[in-house]
Amino acid sequence: MQERIQEKLNILADSAKYDVSCSSSGSDRKNTDKGLGNASNSGICHTFTEDGRCVSLLKILLTNHCIFDCAYCVSRKSNDVKRAAFTVQEVVDLTIGFYRRNYIEGLFLSSGIFKDADTTMERLVRIAKKLRLEHRFNGYIHLKTIPGASDELMKEAGLYADRLSVNIELPTERGLKLLAPDKTFATMEKPMGYISNTITALNDTRKLMLSTPKFAPAGQSTQVIIGATDESDLEVIQTADRFYRGFNLKRVYYSGYVPVLADNRLPSLSSQVPLLRENRLYQADWLMRFYGFGAHEILDDSNPFLDLDIDPKFGWALRNLDLFPLDVNKADLEMILRVPGIGVRSAQKIVATRKFGNLGWENLRKLGISLNRARYFIVCKDPALEIKDHSPEALRHLVLSAGKSKFSDLWGVQTSLFG
Amino acid sequence: MIWLVYDGSFEGFLTTIFEIYEYKWSSVHIRKEGTSIPPLFAEVRTIVTDEEKATRVWKKLVNILDSSGVRKLWIAWLSERETIEDTILGVVKYAIQLKQNVLSNFGNEHVLQMQQAVKSIGREKHRMEAFVRFQLTKDDIYFSVIEPDFNVLPLILSHFRDRYADQRWFIFDSRRSYGIYYDLKTAEFVDFIPNSLLSKNRVSTEAFGENETLFQELWKDYFKSTNIAGRKNTKLHVQHVPKRYWKYLVEKSFGI
Ligand code: SF4
Repeated sequence: MQERIQEKLNILADSAKYDVSCSSSGSDRKNTDKGLGNASNSGICHTFTEDGRCVSLLKILLTNHCIFDCAYCVSRKSNDVKRAAFTVQEVVDLTIGFYRRNYIEGLFLSSGIFKDADTTMERLVRIAKKLRLEHRFNGYIHLKTIPGASDELMKEAGLYADRLSVNIELPTERGLKLLAPDKTFATMEKPMGYISNTITALNDTRKLMLSTPKFAPAGQSTQVIIGATDESDLEVIQTADRFYRGFNLKRVYYSGYVPVLADNRLPSLSSQVPLLRENRLYQADWLMRFYGFGAHEILDDSNPFLDLDIDPKFGWALRNLDLFPLDVNKADLEMILRVPGIGVRSAQKIVATRKFGNLGWENLRKLGISLNRARYFIVCKDPALEIKDHSPEALRHLVLSAGKSKFSDLWGVQTSLFG
Repeated sequence: MIWLVYDGSFEGFLTTIFEIYEYKWSSVHIRKEGTSIPPLFAEVRTIVTDEEKATRVWKKLVNILDSSGVRKLWIAWLSERETIEDTILGVVKYAIQLKQNVLSNFGNEHVLQMQQAVKSIGREKHRMEAFVRFQLTKDDIYFSVIEPDFNVLPLILSHFRDRYADQRWFIFDSRRSYGIYYDLKTAEFVDFIPNSLLSKNRVSTEAFGENETLFQELWKDYFKSTNIAGRKNTKLHVQHVPKRYWKYLVEKSFGI
């Protein structure tokens, strides 16, 4: 019995690891009345994998049996792998056992589609429900929903889970046709729309009736695989932008394709995981979520790919040199946010501090702004440091040769601002 | 120079501050009993902890710094840095002199030093909330041993009490030889640990409860399965999980 469960865990954790979402934050489920656990609003990473990603949730598949045949997926029907399936009780026991030992913040459960969408989804929901109601578990639960599942099941899922996700996996319909012929954008956008509408509707009701139940309090997210198909970065961020606007997503995760299957529709097994490209996409994503950039400002048809050498904000500034230099003592917050080298917190500090008097270089340094990039783009009360008529190419060269190695910011994707 | 030695309790420290004002001592150094050797020509005085004096100092400080400010003094004090008492005294004197909350004035060197101590101990607290690993014993107690650099038990108590309200647990700081025991009702500090329970600072296998070995094995397996070989990055791994913490971690086979 012990060996069997170990084997299942190996198989079903192994195939779940390509889902890069690890967040356990954004929910504040309180432990009232002496139940088990709570969801802390900022989340806790309990350990880190040897590739450096945070582990905060038990991330597993309920089963890797699947009737679909998505080319990029190790669980696909035509792949010759060992199959396994957990029972509902096994997943519950694992989650509780791990949680009680302080290994995890909760559960991230997804599944191969072992039968029709509803049967699969119903099983996922049953696990969440059992954890909440029978074990009075208040830890974090993230369910990956099954495209095509009914609204009723979706509704139940949202009542017991903290977060729901619908993984789009490929950024365009064209990509889906090629690699995931059983899926369409429409079947995936339908649940996204349902989740988004239900969150909004229940939030509105809650304003009138405090007892309205919480529905997916940590919101919904999705994942896009990068580099399995030939989509441009422009297409990727346009898709993300559409999801942020249309469905109010909390996060879009970008996952550099890890070659695991030989298939002539896919990159060869010897191709590299596009880590740097993945990182640049996360930076572009930050620009859209926190810096007020539209997708069209970051890339356009004449520049459909992100520059791997420089971060996308610096790239934007180089294409828009006519907007600079900016006077930090006068400019609006939105414009200060667009200065390379100034992050969200620094921009807010500038605006707060300048009420007490005009800022000079020394003040900016004290606010924690690294001037090695910003100084080419701003003026303050002191004489300008570096404002000359540099061409974009010259400026790019200046900053790159002064700055750190272009690979040094490859990691730390989740926390890094724009240095 | 006066060298003031107190018993190592926070009340003792507050009593010391009271007496510094009472006797108008200047040029003092405050040390916990047995932590350092006074310089040759120092005048050494031993402070006797006095709850009433301590309370008066506490109230006075709450007045000026409000309770979240005084909590910061206490957190800094928990860092156990050798000269932390002198640093905090510097902050207290400065606050009392100006009669205002000076904790955001980072231009003052004592304030700056104190806030740095608060920051490092905060980081350690967060890490302990992440890295405590409970082992279930035969008597149904979830047991964990830690050896944090700073004295964080008082800071992590409420986190674990709120989270694990329906199980008995015990977190033991083996460096400071005391722990917190939660008995399903209250969480209390205890300085006793049944010796038979432990070997090499963790629960000995003979004392394991049902399924404990299984869950440890499963967690190690899980840790291995989540790794993506194509993305291996040891440097980043060690940056997130510094080696000095490995001895707490089952998935690192407790440091081996
Ligand atoms: S439906 Fe999901 S599990 Fe099944 S093959 Fe496609 S991606 Fe894999």
